[in-house]
Amino acid sequence: MTDLPTTTDKKLGLVIDLDTCVGCHACVISCKGWNTENYGAPLSDQRPYGEEPMGTFLNRVHSYEVKAEGQAAQTVHFPKSCLHCENAPCVTVCPTGASYKRKEDGIVLVNEQSCIGCGLCAWACPYGARELDQEEGVMKKCTLCVDRIYNENLPEEDRQPACVRTCPAGARHFGDFADPESNVSILTAERGGMDLMPELDTAPVNKYLPPRLKDSFDDESILAPFLDPVAEETQGFMGWLDKQLSRLPGDTKTQSEDV
Amino acid sequence: MHPAASVIIFTTLSGIGLGMLAWLGIDPTPPTGWAAFWNFLLAFALTVGGLISSTFHLGHPERALKAFTQWRTSWLSREGVCSVAALSVMGLYAAGLVFFAKPIAPLGYIGAGLSLLTVYTTSMIYAQLATIPRWNTPLTSVLYLSLAIAGGALLAGRTGAAMALLLVAAGAQLIWWMKGDTAFADRGSDLGTATGLGDRGEVRSLAHPHTSPNYLMREFVYVVARKHVQKLRIIAMLLMVALPLLILVALPANLFVIALAAASHLAGVATSRWLFFAEAEHTVGIYYGMR
Repeated sequence: MTDLPTTTDKKLGLVIDLDTCVGCHACVISCKGWNTENYGAPLSDQRPYGEEPMGTFLNRVHSYEVKAEGQAAQTVHFPKSCLHCENAPCVTVCPTGASYKRKEDGIVLVNEQSCIGCGLCAWACPYGARELDQEEGVMKKCTLCVDRIYNENLPEEDRQPACVRTCPAGARHFGDFADPESNVSILTAERGGMDLMPELDTAPVNKYLPPRLKDSFDDESILAPFLDPVAEETQGFMGWLDKQLSRLPGDTKTQSEDV
Repeated sequence: MHPAASVIIFTTLSGIGLGMLAWLGIDPTPPTGWAAFWNFLLAFALTVGGLISSTFHLGHPERALKAFTQWRTSWLSREGVCSVAALSVMGLYAAGLVFFAKPIAPLGYIGAGLSLLTVYTTSMIYAQLATIPRWNTPLTSVLYLSLAIAGGALLAGRTGAAMALLLVAAGAQLIWWMKGDTAFADRGSDLGTATGLGDRGEVRSLAHPHTSPNYLMREFVYVVARKHVQKLRIIAMLLMVALPLLILVALPANLFVIALAAASHLAGVATSRWLFFAEAEHTVGIYYGMR
């Protein structure tokens, strides 16, 4: 049944650090690479080398600009995948029971053998985390790499979602939000991790860390004192050489004399 | 939202078909024999035709039977269950009238209730979606039910009731449009809340994740019909209400006149349904800096 579990034993999810994400899209590629050949139907592409190529992706990176009055604009790269919401609206709308949220770890999954491809779950998701595969006609979404994180055939360091494993900036973190001592819980508490569109009451598990505030043009630079010349007068051998060379004619005029 | 033809046809045809079944069910002097046969044939053809059309947009229609299982949580599943129940009960009622000229009144009333319940479940598939503020209101159910009942009255030959109900439906449609135009802004979702960065300043989209449109943009960000919204609204209203009323008032009520009024009404409802989908803005559009 597509009832949501009232509580889940674990709350597995991601923390995405908007401060350190550099927008390289490596997570997009590693996600597509892993998930096209593992859990469920492959992630198809349409016209990959033709006009208007499109394809199924479980993770996409947007780029935004934030501009406050009187401040420099800031670019924020914004990876977005399924947030594995506690009140997942995508699950309850499913007519066949194909969409479900696991009681043991809170991961939201699609049983592709039961999916009729009606698309209603994608309509119910505010975040655009679900995409109907145009080739297979079934709904695809982030599985939190459920086939990696428990996979004992993989080396231990690889037992995390492909996007987290590949991120060169360390902007993605995987863990259990139900455990207040986990890396993701601590990061969320320390950095003010936030929900996307909290007004829709979906209670997302994934959290986003806001970018740290940047310097302003008016700030006194803490490095300025170190830029003062260390020695005003040249001394020693170089000082003697400077004096002797200055005596010879043909020095280029300095700018101040020129003007 | 992408206005898929199959869904427009489905909601238009099965809406009016179920409305007609409801009127046939509560008729104190129902038609019998051949008259009953033609009446029920029309109502069933519209309803079943609509339902079959709705399976055309499915990725895997061969698994459609599974959609009857999740009635406890899913409005789409409830719609499937209700529609089969309504058609079965009305089928028995129709058989009594056609073959035995015997109205089994309780069956008729139950079938009429189930028919309207089916229209309600259809409306709730859309009205439940918080992601589409324009739909996310009880008024959506009022709109679907009033149109189904008015159209059903027209097809069932209840011209007097049809004229009054068409005006009610027109009122529901106007209020729904007016409320809908501000629904998205009233909900308060924007790029600020969508990214969580709104308290730092103005957020705008710099670059989409991909250079060409993807499934999400095709499905949720639809702009073509929105360009002509006001014109289409007037056309819908004229065809759906004004012209049928004029026909019913000006011409003597006979089969041909009613068919003419019903055809105009159906074309109007289809136009209104096209706008229903095309105008609907989904929150996903926010992430793309679009509606």
